[in-house]
Amino acid sequence: MHRNNSSSEILVVGEVRGGILHSATIELTAKARKLADILGAKVTTLLMYNHVDRSVEDLSWWGADVVLCAVGEEFESFNQEIYTNIISYLIEQRKPQIVLAPATTSGRTYMPAVAAKIHTGLTADCTGLDIDKDTGLLLQTRPAIGGNIMATIQTPNHMPQMATVRPRTFPVPKPDKRRKAQVKYLTLPEELLKSSIEIVGKEVQEGLDVNIQDLDVVVSGGKGLKKAENFKLLEELAFVLGGGVGASRAAVDNKWISYPHQVGLSGKVVSPKVYFAIGISGSVQHLAGMQTADFIVAINKDPEAPIFRVADIAFCGDLFDIVPRLIEKIKAEGGKEQ
Amino acid sequence: MLSYNEVYFVVEHFGYLAKALARKGSDKVHIAVLVKQVPDSDEVKMDEEKGTMVRSGVGAIINPLDLHAIECALDLRKKHGGKVRVFSMGPPQAEEALREAVALGVDEVFLLTDPCFAAADTWATAKTLAAALSKAGPHDLILAGEKATDGETGQVGPEVAVMLGLPFSTYVSRLAIEKDFAVVHRTVEDGVEIQRLPLPCLLTVLRDLNEPSMPTLSGKKKARRFNVVKWSHEEIDLSPLEVGLSGSPTRVVKIFYPKVTREGAFYKGKDLDKGIEHLLEELHSRGLLDGGKGNA
Ligand SMILES: Cc1cc2nc3c(=O)[nH]c(=O)nc-3n(C[C@H](O)[C@H](O)[C@H](O)COP(=O)(O)OP(=O)(O)OC[C@H]3O[C@@H](n4cnc5c(N)ncnc54)[C@H](O)[C@@H]3O)c2cc1C
Repeated sequence: MHRNNSSSEILVVGEVRGGILHSATIELTAKARKLADILGAKVTTLLMYNHVDRSVEDLSWWGADVVLCAVGEEFESFNQEIYTNIISYLIEQRKPQIVLAPATTSGRTYMPAVAAKIHTGLTADCTGLDIDKDTGLLLQTRPAIGGNIMATIQTPNHMPQMATVRPRTFPVPKPDKRRKAQVKYLTLPEELLKSSIEIVGKEVQEGLDVNIQDLDVVVSGGKGLKKAENFKLLEELAFVLGGGVGASRAAVDNKWISYPHQVGLSGKVVSPKVYFAIGISGSVQHLAGMQTADFIVAINKDPEAPIFRVADIAFCGDLFDIVPRLIEKIKAEGGKEQ
Repeated sequence: MLSYNEVYFVVEHFGYLAKALARKGSDKVHIAVLVKQVPDSDEVKMDEEKGTMVRSGVGAIINPLDLHAIECALDLRKKHGGKVRVFSMGPPQAEEALREAVALGVDEVFLLTDPCFAAADTWATAKTLAAALSKAGPHDLILAGEKATDGETGQVGPEVAVMLGLPFSTYVSRLAIEKDFAVVHRTVEDGVEIQRLPLPCLLTVLRDLNEPSMPTLSGKKKARRFNVVKWSHEEIDLSPLEVGLSGSPTRVVKIFYPKVTREGAFYKGKDLDKGIEHLLEELHSRGLLDGGKGNA
C-alpha cells in the first residue's frame, strides 16, 4: 500500500473483555486525537463485542469522530483469527494512516497477524507516540532490553503505520461531553466471521479477576517476605489503598504467589500511580516491569539494595516492622473507605 | 516416515503461496521450534553511575522462553513420536545456540545465516523463517517462546503463522495434542482461555508450560560434532531485498538511554516515621486516600 492512497484517519482498535470496555480504549482514543490534530486527520475507534458495560458513544468525549461497532455472539470470547480478518478488511476498506491497539495479550496477538497479512511494519509495546514535524510520520518509542534502552521507530514506506501501546502509558484527559461521534454498526461479510479455531471455554482464575496491570496501586513482595502467609500483609496494604498485589520472580518461584502476579521481564509490565517494592532487591529483570510507574516506594533492609536507586521514597529497615505501621497510618487517614 | 498429503493454502492478502500440510492417519507429530540467541541477561549488570545496562563481555544463550518451547516439543515427541527440528535466524555465532538445542535432544537444527539477513525487523525475520519452514516442511506444529528477552516484541510467531497460512495461538500455558488438533490454554489478563486449533498450527508458549531440562552429558558430546544445516537467502529462495534491513518495513531512527535513577528520599531508623508522613502526603496528592474512588 502506498502513502498517497491513505485517507487521513487514525484507526484505534478498542478492547472489550468480558463485557467491560478496557480503559486502554479511552487512553488510545485520546492519544490518537492529539496525533490526529497534528495531522488534520479523523479518529475512528473500532469495537468488537457482544455486550458492553457503557455507551460506546461516550468515546466521542475523548476525541473519536467515528465509533465503528461490530456486534455479535462471535465476539463474546476473543478469537485472534476473526479479529485479524476484520481489522485487515477494514484497513483495506478505509486505508487509515495509522492503526493503534492496546498492548494487551489480545492486541499483541492480532496486531502482528494483521501486519503480516497486509505487509506493513508493527512496533510492539510503545510508551511514546508522536508525529515527526517534517515528514508527518508516526514516531513510535518503545523500551527494549528490559527498559534499559529506548528506541524510536518509524515505518517510512508502508501503510498503515501500526503500533501496540502499553496500557496506562497515556493519561486520560477530562472528557469533553459536548463532542458527538458518529456511531456506525458494521455489517461484515460472513466469511470474515468464520474461524478454524474453536473457543472451548474460559476459566476466570481466582484472584485474577483483578489484573494488576489495570490498577492504580500495586504492592509487590519478593524473597524478603520469607513465606506465603506473609503475603497477607501485602494484601492488607493493597486493600486499604484499593490496589493489588504483585511479586518478584523469586516469590513466584517459591510458590508464595501465582505467576500472573509476577512483575518484570518474564512477567507483567505495570505502570501504576504508586508501586511498592517490598523485600525486593531490584534486579534489572524486575525493574523492567515497574520502572515506568509514576511513583515508586521501596522497603528493604539492605541500604545498598539496587531498588533504592529507582525509588522516590526509600524505607531502609525491616519490612515486618514498617509495613504494619504504614497500614495503621493509612487506616487512620481513612484509606479507601471499604 | 511421513504420511501426509500436501495441501496448499493461498494467503490472499500476502500473495504468498504457503505450503502447509494436512495430517493423514499418522499419530506422529513433527515439530519445528523457532529459537533466538540473546545476550545472557543473568550476566547483565547495571552501570552504577549511568544507571544503564553493561552488556560488553556478556555471553549469549538461547532465549530462556524458547527453552520452554524446546522442552514442550521433546515432551510431545516422547508421547507421540515424530521429529523435532529447531530453526534460528542469526549471525554465524548463533550456531552455538543450535548446538545447545542438540545437547537438549532435538533431531535437526537449521541456521539461517547470511549477511543480508542482518538488522531484520520482526516482519523480515518472520519472512525468512517462514520461507525456511516451507522449504524444510512438513511440520504439524510450530512452537516458539512468547517473546525474546532482548527485543521483547512477541511478534515473530504470529507473523510466521500468517505468512504460512496457519492458524495460531499465543500465551500458551498448557497444551495437549488430540488427534489432529491442538488444545491449548492461553493465560491472559483475567484467566485462561481454552482453544482448539487444527494441526498444523503455530503456538507461542509461556514459561509456566513446563520446567526445561538440562542438557545431558551424552547430548553435549553429540552436539560438538553435529551437523548444523546452514541456509542463506539463496537456499530459501528469497531475494536480498526481501530480507534483513531492506526487507524491513520499520526503521530505528533513534536510540537513547532513559534515566532510571530517581532522586529519592531516603529514610531509616528514627526517620522512618517522617518517611511515612511523606508517603501519606504523596498518596493524598494522588487521590489515593480520599476513600472510595478508583479501582477499589
Ligand atoms: C531471563 C530472566 C528473567 C527474569 N524475569 C524476572 C521477572 O520477570 N521478574 C522478577 O522479579 N525477576 C525476574 N528474574 C529474576 C531476577 O534476576 C531476580 O533473581 C529476582 O527478581 C530476585 O527477586 P527478589 O528481589 O524478590 O529476591 P532477592 O534478590 O533475593 O531480594 C530479596 C530482598 O529482600 C530484602 N529483605 C530480606 N528480608 C527483608 C526484611 N525483613 N525486610 C526488608 N527487606 C528484606 C533483601 O535485602 C533483598 O534485597 C529473571 C531472571 C532471568 C535470568
